[in-house]
Amino acid sequence: MHELSIANSILEAARAEALRRPGARLLKVGVRVGELSGVQPDALSFSFEALVRGSDLEPLALEIEACPRRQRCPECGREFEVHDFDITCPGCGEERTRCISGDELDLAYIEIEES
Amino acid sequence: MSKIPLEKKVLNENDRIAAQLRARFAEHGILCLNFVSSPGAGKTTLLERTLEGFPPTERVAVLAGDIQTDNDARRLARFGFPVKQITTGGACHLDARMVERALAEWRLDELDLLFIENVGNLVCPAGYDLGEAAKVVILSVTEGDDKPLKYPAIFFRAELLVVSKTDLLPHVPFNVASARESALRVHPGMEILELSSLTAVGLEGWRRWLEERRRAVRAATPAPANPGRTESG
Repeated sequence: MHELSIANSILEAARAEALRRPGARLLKVGVRVGELSGVQPDALSFSFEALVRGSDLEPLALEIEACPRRQRCPECGREFEVHDFDITCPGCGEERTRCISGDELDLAYIEIEES
Repeated sequence: MSKIPLEKKVLNENDRIAAQLRARFAEHGILCLNFVSSPGAGKTTLLERTLEGFPPTERVAVLAGDIQTDNDARRLARFGFPVKQITTGGACHLDARMVERALAEWRLDELDLLFIENVGNLVCPAGYDLGEAAKVVILSVTEGDDKPLKYPAIFFRAELLVVSKTDLLPHVPFNVASARESALRVHPGMEILELSSLTAVGLEGWRRWLEERRRAVRAATPAPANPGRTESG
């Protein structure tokens, strides 16, 4: 259940960004969570809501973009989404493709209201 | 209302400290390995067997992470090498700052090898970089052989999979071939070893793997400065 500490890191980062813009009120934080990141989106939402509730940041919202694993084929250059761990290139059948995304845990954006 | 793109890592602060640790390990020629597994898969026992095989002059140390107690540190300290327990007091993983703090009292120039035994957990430790050269994931044969598919994050990030407790294979339904296949589906090219810390079967392969990694670190480390000279930087 490390989603609670992840949620806390998200809040700290968002707060730091908001502080750089005096007078601004945080409305929403957007994160990207890869399927290989080890972070469970539902547990993250739950933890985030629990931390925000009753705090000065209420009613801050969290938007999670779940990111699938993507591979690139070194032979034909094709980039594709992986389903059921099958990393074979759908274009040319090459088996040794390289992972290019899916392990991210990124703070994508914040939405603020400027006064 | 405005939307401001950030494009930052959520664990930016952890990653920053981990990068500093990694740079310090490289500077001192230290191979640092981060052991991750479910509770009870045999991290401490494998470390015991590893330390046992070292001569007393070996420059090795262990950081052992647990939620409570220093039982593991006491087990590992029997071999005479520096061992420190990190009790997380509830946290399910180690983070880079805990490692940085634990290392503060040690002189890194007296070490060549550092083992970090993470908190027993296959999920949370996966996301936290500790500055290690490699994560080693241990899967015991009393677990399910489909674990790599259930917990892909750690198997994706670990460089080596150690299948442990192989002495129990005659008594359990674990299928080594399917475990290997599952691990390789998640992480093509992953290195895999099978061993039993109890009977020592397979430990040679582990020692060879370790020696190869240590050789690579030595080759990449500049020779220590002549102690008679002062150097800047």
